[in-house]
Amino acid sequence: MSNIHLHYEVSGEDFTRAGEASGSVKKRLKALGYNTDAIRRVAIAMYEAEINMVIHAEGGFVDVDIFPDHVEVLLSDKGPGIPDVEKAMQEGFSTAPDNVRNLGFGAGMGLPNIKKYTDDMRIETEIGKGTDLYLTVKVKEA
Amino acid sequence: MVVKDIIDILEGEVICEGNLDAEIKTACGSDMMSDVLAFVKDQSVLLTGLVNPQVVRTAEMMDMACIVFVRGKMPDQGIIDLAEQRDITLIKTRYRMFTACGKLYEGGLSGGTAV
Ligand SMILES: Nc1ncnc2c1ncn2[C@@H]1O[C@H](COP(=O)(O)OP(=O)(O)OP(=O)(O)O)[C@@H](O)[C@H]1O
Ligand SMILES: [Mg+2]
Repeated sequence: MSNIHLHYEVSGEDFTRAGEASGSVKKRLKALGYNTDAIRRVAIAMYEAEINMVIHAEGGFVDVDIFPDHVEVLLSDKGPGIPDVEKAMQEGFSTAPDNVRNLGFGAGMGLPNIKKYTDDMRIETEIGKGTDLYLTVKVKEA
Repeated sequence: MVVKDIIDILEGEVICEGNLDAEIKTACGSDMMSDVLAFVKDQSVLLTGLVNPQVVRTAEMMDMACIVFVRGKMPDQGIIDLAEQRDITLIKTRYRMFTACGKLYEGGLSGGTAV
């Protein structure tokens, strides 16, 4: 069976639409009959990353590859990059300004959550160039 | 407990009607969405003072059937449409966060396992 490829553009302008791509992937996985736990892990991890693209970078694109036994997601942005990845991965670390906090984000829990829900997570980032986040979630039988 | 019971206990007003018979086992109260996303609990309700579309999207990712807006906060039409498409019930209560959570706890809901 060949894999299914999905591509999304994520606007950095529209906070209200952030999460559209994640919701759409979730729907697709459900239709394909993947198990609930795996779908939820993909959806939450991707959603956190999609929100990060919008609030910390200026949007970007998402590539999703759905295999029978795992799902791969690449979230790529041309934002400011992450100066200290180790620090960014710590629970509670956030550079989000007050206006983002008032929107319900900026607890510094997004990246730790992504790590928790995925089986593999890789960050490639360069200051001033952008960030590529690679996620893999394994799928057990339904 | 089902969604209907939550409406009764919180003397809530239904703003968007999903499945009112959906079972609710745990609750989560927070204004920070990543805190909500940190712990997956089955069949839960989200109580929040935050009013924006990301509240609905957070509930969607978590498979939550119901959102309660505390302190009488009213979501706008965009938020209501989003919830309607996802079959999520939206409830508004005049109680504040602490009181609303307390009433549900008293009614038999738990917060799920401790960290
Ligand atoms: N795509 C990105 N581009 C640039 N910086 C990022 C990106 N993603 C994360 N960061 C940086 O890493 C920090 C930690 O991210 P994380 O998602 O854990 O927390 P947060 O987004 O600040 O808050 P939360 O996710 O709890 O709402 C951010 O505050 C930001 O400084
Ligand atoms: Mg984040």
